[in-house]
Amino acid sequence: MTITLPPYEDVTARFEPVIGLETHVELGTRTKMFCGCPTGFGAEPNTQVCPVCLGLPGSLPVANAAAIEATIRIGLALNCTIASWCRFARKNYFYPDMPKNFQTSQYDEPLCTDGYLDVEVDGRPVRIDIERVHLEEDTGKTLHVGGATGRIHGATESLVDYNRAGIPLVEIVTRPIPGTGADAPAVARAYVTELRDVIRVLGVSDVRMEQGSLRCDVNTSLNRPGDQWGTRTETKNVNSLRSVERAVRAEMLRQAAVLDAGERIVQETRHFHEETGDTRPGRSKETATDYRYFPEPDLVPLAPDPEWVARLKTELPELPRVHRARLQQAWGLSDLDMQAVLNAGAVELIERTVAAGSSPEGARKWWLGELARRANEAGVDLSTVGATPADVAELQSLVDAGRLNDKLARTVLEGVLAGEGTPSEVMAARGLEVVSDTGALGAAVDEAIAANPDVAAKIREGKVAAAGVLVGAVMKTTRGQADAKAVRELILSRLGVQ
Amino acid sequence: MAAISREEVAHLARLSRLAVTEAELDTFAGQLDVILQAVARVGEVTAGDIPPTSHSVPLTNVLRDDVAEPCLPREEVLAGAPDAAEDRFRVPRILDEEA
Repeated sequence: MTITLPPYEDVTARFEPVIGLETHVELGTRTKMFCGCPTGFGAEPNTQVCPVCLGLPGSLPVANAAAIEATIRIGLALNCTIASWCRFARKNYFYPDMPKNFQTSQYDEPLCTDGYLDVEVDGRPVRIDIERVHLEEDTGKTLHVGGATGRIHGATESLVDYNRAGIPLVEIVTRPIPGTGADAPAVARAYVTELRDVIRVLGVSDVRMEQGSLRCDVNTSLNRPGDQWGTRTETKNVNSLRSVERAVRAEMLRQAAVLDAGERIVQETRHFHEETGDTRPGRSKETATDYRYFPEPDLVPLAPDPEWVARLKTELPELPRVHRARLQQAWGLSDLDMQAVLNAGAVELIERTVAAGSSPEGARKWWLGELARRANEAGVDLSTVGATPADVAELQSLVDAGRLNDKLARTVLEGVLAGEGTPSEVMAARGLEVVSDTGALGAAVDEAIAANPDVAAKIREGKVAAAGVLVGAVMKTTRGQADAKAVRELILSRLGVQ
Repeated sequence: MAAISREEVAHLARLSRLAVTEAELDTFAGQLDVILQAVARVGEVTAGDIPPTSHSVPLTNVLRDDVAEPCLPREEVLAGAPDAAEDRFRVPRILDEEA
């Protein structure tokens, strides 16, 4: 069915979206959740497996203490209540990504409940309520063979690697988020971004969406104002922050078109397609609700010691929101300027540049100016543009010391981005240092005056503005390597104006 | 009344991917019913002040340190697989299996 999508503004004028996010975070523990198999990324297939994670008869799981602690710390950072007693449960299903035919998870007794995360969208605060944070295990990786380009549709068989099966996975579920209107896609993105940053400072996961250590499912529904919430769909395969935003928007547009056509939204799992930016139906879940959860008999209940939990809470690191507020104050930035830094994804880069000795202003100028422009042109992330915070700090210190002017500094930066070395190395190799030798500069000035007698005459008569022509001439002979201000002063004093 | 219906047994068989014949359904429904009735007798003696038990031993927090242990050699891992290819477990196509 081909449907014509209505304009986004039209959709948000007539419908109210409700979104919800389920985020999975693969913990960075050394070993798996219930066995001692290592968790390194990229190992040869089926080399990090043992009787426990293969579900062989007679094997017994034992929970990883580090994973429990990491999950509690995530819960605490999200302002959750930590359960005083809870159990693991078996989620039974037939799918070859788990060799046991069940996934060990948590059901009605999650480790952490009822929290929240404050995020900002265009400078406005939005509180996202967290329903639960629970601990489970990741599944194996399935390779579909025989169909088109590894897709499950049309595949004749599947090949399974269980290295990932059993790696601790934390699931973080929000409550439904109503009332965000046209901002719903931006709110979804802001939430996942903030969540990622929180988990990163906790140091419990590398939270890399492109490697799958942070995965996100997006629930979306639409209703007309005043009506009950609509039927929701769940969109999977959302593999980047940008995709989170695009997926919500795409699903809002699609659902509006379906509703406009007088049809119903089907409650289903859909897949986001990065290339086309739309969502399509995924595999139908087998009798979706019949997972026959029951308490895992092989694992005894968890009962975190309240004193230990209290200590973990006091030991939480400074969270990103607090950290940002502190930086904004230290850097003396307005809300608007800070927003620009945030939007550019430059907070950490500027912070590290300042730590490497630069002034906050100098650091911000380079990262938000020349480097942001370069990153944008190349379509890469600012952090991978090719200059490090140390490079930028060094560049700025050369400018501050008067050894580079602005124009030369840009040329030096070009060399750094081209991989020619550090700013000092590029400056030396290309001979770009400001000519501070007054003898050499004086000669260049005299030459310029001699070559432009009419201009010199005007300046002598008091038309100081004409000096620009001579400054330009000197800059040309010195290949831009002079300090324009110093040149100007030298010209004026030579001509007896000053 | 029977503790488990023939339909419930059929449903469980399907979820468990067991091909159970019509005759077997009758047999198993009858057998499971006897088992469930026997277990249900326990319910007759429990009092309201006894909480439900999921674990027979009163233990909590049995945990292991995050220390790596040796894995199985891959030949041994795949030796138990019904089929293998490219160092992976080979399984039949997935989608057809789903209703």
